[in-house]
Amino acid sequence: MDAPTNAPTRASTTASAKAIVTATDVSQVYEVRRGFFAKPLGLKAVKDASFTVEEGETLAIVGESGCGKSTLARMLTMIETPSEGALVIDGVTVSGDDPGDLKKLRSTVQIVFQNPYGALNPRQKVGSIIEEPLKINTRLSAAERRQKAEAALAEVGLRPEHYGRYPHMFSGGQRQRIAIARAIILEPKILVLDEPVSALDVSIQAQILNLLADLQDRLGLTYIFISHDLSVVKHVADRVMVMYLGRPVEIAPVDALYATPLHPYTRALLSATPATDPASKGQRIRLTGELPSPISPPPGCSFNPRCPYANDRCRSERPELTTHGATRVACFAVEEGRIDGV
Amino acid sequence: MPLLSLRNLSVTFDTASGPFKAVDGVDITVEPGEVLGIVGESGSGKSVAMLGLMGLLPPSATVTADEIAFEGRDMRAMSGRERRKIIGNEIAMIFQEPMSSLNPCFTVGYQIKEALKAHTDLDRKGRQTRAIELMNAVGIPEPERRLSAFPHQMSGGMSQRVMIAMATACNPKLLIADEPTTALDVTIQAQILDLLLDLQKDRGMAMILITHDMGVIAETAERVVVQYAGQQVERQPVSTLFDQPHHPYTAALLAAIPERSTGSRLPTIPGVVPGQGDRPDGCLFNPRCDKADERCRTVVPPRQPASLGEALCHYPLNHPASASAA
Repeated sequence: MDAPTNAPTRASTTASAKAIVTATDVSQVYEVRRGFFAKPLGLKAVKDASFTVEEGETLAIVGESGCGKSTLARMLTMIETPSEGALVIDGVTVSGDDPGDLKKLRSTVQIVFQNPYGALNPRQKVGSIIEEPLKINTRLSAAERRQKAEAALAEVGLRPEHYGRYPHMFSGGQRQRIAIARAIILEPKILVLDEPVSALDVSIQAQILNLLADLQDRLGLTYIFISHDLSVVKHVADRVMVMYLGRPVEIAPVDALYATPLHPYTRALLSATPATDPASKGQRIRLTGELPSPISPPPGCSFNPRCPYANDRCRSERPELTTHGATRVACFAVEEGRIDGV
Repeated sequence: MPLLSLRNLSVTFDTASGPFKAVDGVDITVEPGEVLGIVGESGSGKSVAMLGLMGLLPPSATVTADEIAFEGRDMRAMSGRERRKIIGNEIAMIFQEPMSSLNPCFTVGYQIKEALKAHTDLDRKGRQTRAIELMNAVGIPEPERRLSAFPHQMSGGMSQRVMIAMATACNPKLLIADEPTTALDVTIQAQILDLLLDLQKDRGMAMILITHDMGVIAETAERVVVQYAGQQVERQPVSTLFDQPHHPYTAALLAAIPERSTGSRLPTIPGVVPGQGDRPDGCLFNPRCDKADERCRTVVPPRQPASLGEALCHYPLNHPASASAA
């Protein structure tokens, strides 16, 4: 699995003292039953993902549905432990062997989900929703919890009188604020944001993005921002990881990624995103076909059936991430200089 | 003669807490072969107006209009039977959720042929041939085999292609696409938008594209209607809308798009779209507008001339004269 060319780069990033999350060849395999007597098949939702997240930065994870970005979020938040590879968060290895470690990490990493309508229990009052993490993880008294919850409400721009209301009395944007208040109440270091604004309207989306930026400044949070919307990512991210069929295909600083995308998939993704400028239409790269099934991925590079640059090597061998300037990209066409303008 | 002409279309819902006007005095004209974009946030009434035209609203809704004319024929005076000849045949519609628009119990072939059975006099064999033709036209590989597939065996993009095949089965003159790509990934969205525009050009079909995504509007539409809280606040050609929005709401909406912003914080529109209980007096946008004054809070704004984007505003932005001076 491990390519020798790759090892030095990885070691050097791991050594950097600021890395708060280090993932080394992390994989997640689900068993899929096809029929009662059939042997279960292994579906690798995430395959050999290696990356680091530095303290205080925003790493965006981008990809289409089925690329494994939400599975990665589930591993980072310890909803699931990786089936292969090592995931180190804040100096602690996530393995599931020691429940004490996981308990400690759970207050370090918190998550905000995509759908604010589904993420809040409609039968619970806002106050008790926000206090629940405190009830589970701390021994604070009811009065102290209430005080903290009201502070958290103020932090996300809601008023103290909202404490006793039910979620249905709030709009989508306000509910997302409640979800954020719940996520920050344990004073986590890392916030995993799983498509936090894709269910919201543009004007509300801007309010939430600003709130997240303010919180990051004030609380020094590290964000892992999962999204499929490249224009949002461009605005919020420091670094971007593009995933395709469970594997990172390109990891780059945000400016480099948008100025000179290297991987053919990144380029297609960027050009498929509609630009809000009527003058720029009609210069898109067209991808044919759809994402292949993760149960039987194509041999070689998983992007080869849709890639305009694919050759025989791409169809048989799998590219590993290699360094090109500030970017790490997994593509033979880039390595061999077969793409124009790279 | 315009293909479709709606004047002063309003839709009112009877709710437990009194009547609620979801669509308020909407005017739409569509010329043959053009692409009209309707953009707005959720709750702006953009879908409801079109559902009202198609007669797809529940009985609690009351649709009123001064004119609903398709090719000069007044649809209000028609019998239900006559209306149904137009709807589904000459005006077709596709919806946001391709997965839930198809019936999971029947094969996609059956569902496409059902539309042909209702609207054409083709025999069984003719319908089979036509269905394969349609599947080919929307870019579905192996159409013969795919006809016997069930909806759950297809991806979102493929299901939307099937919906488009069904909607275009009778060569409609007008296709209403209600958020056709919202549930799809960007690369698939690009494919579906291309397909819709190709079909529209090849067949000279007019299209009304409803979306909340300004990017989709910029790429596809020729004319744009901006809707807010059930009202059309601005109507402009797409080429000028993005540079010179005349209504403060359009301007604020454009500014809030992350792609267009330059600073580290996005300009936001404070507050939310007014609901049933809190519709303000005067201009509906006044509580969220930074330019609102006493007149905006009390007097309903007039419709500005076409040079000002027909903006529904007392103080439209980007006056042609001052814009050239600035």
